[in-house]
Amino acid sequence: MSKKPEEITGSVSRIIPFSCVDGPGNRFVIFLQGCNFSCKNCHNPHTMGICDHCGDCVPGCPSGALFIDSGKVTWNQSICENCDQCIDICPRSSSPMTQLLTVAEVITQLETAVPFLTGITVSGGESTMQLKFIRALFKTIKQRSHLQHLTCLVDSNGYLPVSGWEKLLSVMDGAMIDLKACNNDLHLWLTGRANHRVLDSIDFLYKRQKLTEVRWLAIPEITDTSEELTAISAFLKTTAPEAPLRINAFSNSAVKGQARQWQNMSSERIPLLEAELFTTS
Amino acid sequence: MERQEEELFHKAFRGIANDPNLNFTQKSRYLALQADDMLPYPELDVQAKGAMESGLICDMFEGHAPFKPRYVMPDYQKAIIQGSEWLELAPPEDLDEAINFLLILFHHVPSVTNIPVFIGRLDQLLSPFIDDSITDKLLHKKIRLMWQMIDRTLPDAFLHVNIGPEDSRIARTILAVDRELKQVVPNLTLRFDPSVTPDSLLQMAVENISLCNKPHIVNEVMNAAEFVTPEDPRGFGIASCYNSLPLGGGAHTLVRINLKKAAESSDGSVENFIERVLPEVSGLTYQIIRARIDYLVNQSNFYQSSFLVKEGLIEQNRFTAMFGIFGLADAVNLLLKRKPDEGYGYCEQAQDLALEIVKTLSDIVKSTELEHCWNNRALFHAQSGISLDNDVSPACRIPYGYEPGTLQHLQTVLPLHKYFTAGISDIFPIDETIEKNPLALMAICKGAFQKGLRMFTANVANNELVRVTGYMVRCSDIKKLKEEGSRLNTTAFGSEAMDNCGINSRNAQIITDDIPWSKRQ
Repeated sequence: MSKKPEEITGSVSRIIPFSCVDGPGNRFVIFLQGCNFSCKNCHNPHTMGICDHCGDCVPGCPSGALFIDSGKVTWNQSICENCDQCIDICPRSSSPMTQLLTVAEVITQLETAVPFLTGITVSGGESTMQLKFIRALFKTIKQRSHLQHLTCLVDSNGYLPVSGWEKLLSVMDGAMIDLKACNNDLHLWLTGRANHRVLDSIDFLYKRQKLTEVRWLAIPEITDTSEELTAISAFLKTTAPEAPLRINAFSNSAVKGQARQWQNMSSERIPLLEAELFTTS
Repeated sequence: MERQEEELFHKAFRGIANDPNLNFTQKSRYLALQADDMLPYPELDVQAKGAMESGLICDMFEGHAPFKPRYVMPDYQKAIIQGSEWLELAPPEDLDEAINFLLILFHHVPSVTNIPVFIGRLDQLLSPFIDDSITDKLLHKKIRLMWQMIDRTLPDAFLHVNIGPEDSRIARTILAVDRELKQVVPNLTLRFDPSVTPDSLLQMAVENISLCNKPHIVNEVMNAAEFVTPEDPRGFGIASCYNSLPLGGGAHTLVRINLKKAAESSDGSVENFIERVLPEVSGLTYQIIRARIDYLVNQSNFYQSSFLVKEGLIEQNRFTAMFGIFGLADAVNLLLKRKPDEGYGYCEQAQDLALEIVKTLSDIVKSTELEHCWNNRALFHAQSGISLDNDVSPACRIPYGYEPGTLQHLQTVLPLHKYFTAGISDIFPIDETIEKNPLALMAICKGAFQKGLRMFTANVANNELVRVTGYMVRCSDIKKLKEEGSRLNTTAFGSEAMDNCGINSRNAQIITDDIPWSKRQ
């Protein structure tokens, strides 16, 4: 017998009850663990991998909140100081603070914040890797009278195939898709994957009126070249002409690896990029 | 007078008279305050005197001879309909006359600062004078000139304008001018009623907040429930730093208890604090309030001589006294022996104790008769601090710098708001990224009101205009103050408060809670 929607579990990296930067209004955000991209510029690198219980993080925990229980790394949330040292230590870009939560458990956490919320957003990691969980969560929200006013949004890298989006359409209010690069080689170099599916997702969601916004990260001399700007502009003009485009400025403060050496995008340059993108389109 | 004492006074007076950074009106006022303080205080017993000397109770430096009420909330609507015999002004007949009439009247409204703390519900006052012949452009200009006149001639940030809950051209023009000029004066409140105020007006207010930290937003429904009855429809106004007071009256006085000091004077147990200390210190507070009211009502001749009374713009029996408290967070943490980051705002036990303290005092205020006051009672008030408060938290606020995420912050203070009829405010420090998403702040504000928040104030980081206790200062004025003084009387308070009260360490939230509430111990 299949599980009831409330019993379906998701691997949750973190929950933030209030956010004003993950979609319109005030949103409850669930960051899901695991990603199918390995972006050099990832701002949440600890949400990429899945914990293999190697235990490397346990001795480094200053508050003793991590221990091994029956071969598994276990996190004692009540004494954790949120210093995030374990995340820095993890060799698999994962986090021992990841929790397996049922839809019902997430809804319990959501309840206290509901009066102040516009909606919820699932983010990541790549949230759509846990499609069943998202669908069950959104479905449950849409079925409960005191929750159904909440808009349900997905924050995604767009790698989900169209057949996957089709399964979400009836319960999802919209998706915010990251367009990392239009040039496929650049996309491959930046993320480790080709961009065809991302472009398809934008096209599909736009046609179904489920494209809340397209997000583009401006990285100096990497994604902000004139070729890229022209390509993005042309693609959006033909594929999703009315979709809002949000430009985010790259900052090297939260990234790992070689991206630490990359230049920060200056806030003065953003309006110029905006002008260039919108005039060419 | 002893020679030594005389020399001390001379030195103080001379210091004011020769101060290089005070202007002549500021000097006159400080000299007058010094003179007032040379008179003997209204009669108090030894314990009450001791409580004031030790700082356990504070009369907000209102002076030794109260000859005017602390807060005056004239019925400007009445004035505008009947004109003023005393001011020799006929009722205004058009918008120019109405603005002129009000600007004149404002200069005759006293308060503890000598500058009015409430200049009315301006949208309601001016809307009857607006018709299609007044274009938006013209209206904008008139309000802009009025705003400049108010800021330059009544230079005190406690001066407060109310707009809403109804939508109007005037309300929108006021918001447009206010965000354009970003002045300290006037302070501004939008009264919000979800069944009356359109979202577009609230959104405009919230956009203003991200630009200049004004207006402050007030829960109209909750306040009206306490101030408006079928027999008494005049209702309330919001004045100064978040005081809700009867319109056509005001507050004779405000006396406040330092709960931190009160907790220090207990034997350290919650029981002793609740059962012995709070009733005792409340008794002393009432003694001081009564002595001050007696002087004002029976000796100063204010209510017998003011034209505001004679023309019916204020009535003595619509004045209350404000029974204030501050330092709740410190008292709670002291009694529970918890540090600020694990006490009030961070644990259920602290929350329960805070509520018990507030309920105890609220019961005392509700059951204690007070002569010469509206409904024969004082009104309970969470006092948001003064510039000299060092190392003690304002009102029921979580100490600056220790504010948790916005959800947890709301959940801590929400249950307390209903007890403070005369006003309570919590400043929610918010990161500047909110500018791109005003809907988020609107959602929080509406949700909070629905859950019983009385007043909502956000302080967006990195604005030139910063909220101190409730009033505003400009950061650039504070920088200039020490070298060249300020034309605004309140800059000096703001500067002291920045030095003493930890305002700069407010913990701005990107409206993202890192620690879920469910993690509470």
